[in-house]
Amino acid sequence: MAAITIEGVSKRFGAAMALEHLDLTVTDGEFVALLGPSGCGKTTLLRIIAGLETRSSGRVLIGDQDVSDLPPAKRGLAMVFQNYAVFPHLTVFENVAFGLRMQKRDEATIQRQVKRAADLLQIGPYLDRYPAKLSGGQRQRVAVARALAVEPAVLLMDEPLSNLDALLRLEMRAELKSVLKEAGTTTLYVTHDQTEAMGLADRIAVMYKGVIEQIDTPTRIYSKPSSTFVGGFVGSPPMNFLSMTASAGRLACAGFSMPLAHEGPVLLGFRGEDVALVKADQGLGFEVRVIEPMGSHLLLTGMVKGERVRVVAAPQAEIERGMTLGLQLDAARVVVMDTQTGKAL
Amino acid sequence: MTKPSIGSVKGWIYGSGVAVLCVWVLLPIGLIGLGAFGGRPAVYQWPKTLWPASLSLDQLAVFLKIDGVWNAALNSVLAASLTMVMALLLGAPAGYALARFSFKGATLFRLMILLTRAFPLAILALPLTVLFIRVGLYDTAFGVSLVHTALALPFAAMITASLFAGIPRELEEAAWVFGCTRWQAFVKVVLPLALPGMAAAAIFAFVISWNEVFAASVLTVQQRTLTAYLLTVLSESPLHYRFAGGFILIVPSVVFIFAVRRYLFALWGVTSR
Repeated sequence: MAAITIEGVSKRFGAAMALEHLDLTVTDGEFVALLGPSGCGKTTLLRIIAGLETRSSGRVLIGDQDVSDLPPAKRGLAMVFQNYAVFPHLTVFENVAFGLRMQKRDEATIQRQVKRAADLLQIGPYLDRYPAKLSGGQRQRVAVARALAVEPAVLLMDEPLSNLDALLRLEMRAELKSVLKEAGTTTLYVTHDQTEAMGLADRIAVMYKGVIEQIDTPTRIYSKPSSTFVGGFVGSPPMNFLSMTASAGRLACAGFSMPLAHEGPVLLGFRGEDVALVKADQGLGFEVRVIEPMGSHLLLTGMVKGERVRVVAAPQAEIERGMTLGLQLDAARVVVMDTQTGKAL
Repeated sequence: MTKPSIGSVKGWIYGSGVAVLCVWVLLPIGLIGLGAFGGRPAVYQWPKTLWPASLSLDQLAVFLKIDGVWNAALNSVLAASLTMVMALLLGAPAGYALARFSFKGATLFRLMILLTRAFPLAILALPLTVLFIRVGLYDTAFGVSLVHTALALPFAAMITASLFAGIPRELEEAAWVFGCTRWQAFVKVVLPLALPGMAAAAIFAFVISWNEVFAASVLTVQQRTLTAYLLTVLSESPLHYRFAGGFILIVPSVVFIFAVRRYLFALWGVTSR
């Protein structure tokens, strides 16, 4: 068990900046998800921590040790790859035992650790088989078991579930969470799937264009995004943003008012499920354009003063296309962003 | 590529193409076999039959009793084995580099490797002979194998490059993460997976050396390889003995190439099943 500390790590590919002076700390035993769109640098960061990619500047510490210039083998970590990377010429047992054999553990320890990892991932019955005879989900279990068998100080996972079909992914996600909680391993988990990040992680680091936009608990990432990017990227439907103008220490519109120590134009962000639908004259006028029944709720898309807004309504609500409703905002559940920088005020 | 259905025009063209190629390859081999086993009557008989009237192993037996044939065969095996080892030892690292690293001029390097085959051996023959005499390599199997290695090296590099490229990089990275050095990862993960293909590359190098006659003839006098020896000895013998010699030369190549055809198809970009 050990913490991961990243200090000012940058990565340049030619003229392009892949990572820009990045700081991140994953405390001992914590599960942190790196979430971001493809090309945001999250996999590059993971590979730098693993030692599979060189960094342009900065330091990587595991525990108290600076591992920046150590080869991957000497960093005391394990990794689960996106396409599993299970060795096809070795049996499942030998795959899981690979790391232990490299550490020259005695046979009894190897047998014991492999058995424990195999039991945890429920691959006991396949230990004598070759990976070619396994399904994708089983191979992924082997890859996770191989990583846990060495009892690593730090576990890195690179989109481990993205090659599985939707149902299997849901199943593996819940299982992974319980397995990793039990093992108590410090984990850094790269994903572009927000539900995966929300469901698994203690904290989520949202990355965009080589920088970490926000790092916080899933709940706060969702309800208090630190930038318009985070609000728009996390959550389905994404956060709504309305252009407004603050004056005299207040931000106010129809049926809504809150104190704000900022003058001039701002963006008011709110989640679609955080508004109350009221009569048109009691809140912000919302003209319904599209109604999508989602089963658990209705997804309404419409316009507020020329800006597109998505809100969620109860499934049995009697709403028709073309109606004008009122939106009542809750001052405790909105965020205010700077129009220029897109950062929260 | 999908196979055209039988009966369509495309099918006919496809079928006749296959037939032409088969005849092209199989007819000479058939004729040589006919001469080797049928003896003098089969060689001069016209029209040719598919099967010789009398089958005999006499000409093969006589051929194998020719003075120096066994010594020449030994030289051939020696030269081919050395070629195989050297081509692989030098070619596989080049192949690995081509498959794994992106470096400036990689494409050019790839092209240059193949271009070495475009350089005519005849031009090289005289300076090589002079040089070999000077350094004492002339008339040795090792000397011949050096030239043959130069011939086989491009293929060894290209075959192994496609082999290594076919092994996912992640497997190697996983090995590094789980405690391997670069070399250990290569030995424990890449090599076992590449081994069948490496064997194919080795055999291909062996066949290239076994079949080569020009350099072997120029660079040896006493210690001739089988091809070079037969070229001199058989030019004065009766036709059916020449066929017997030819047959013995062909057999190993055909058997070896047949054994490794899957990997050669992969090299040439033909889909193999």
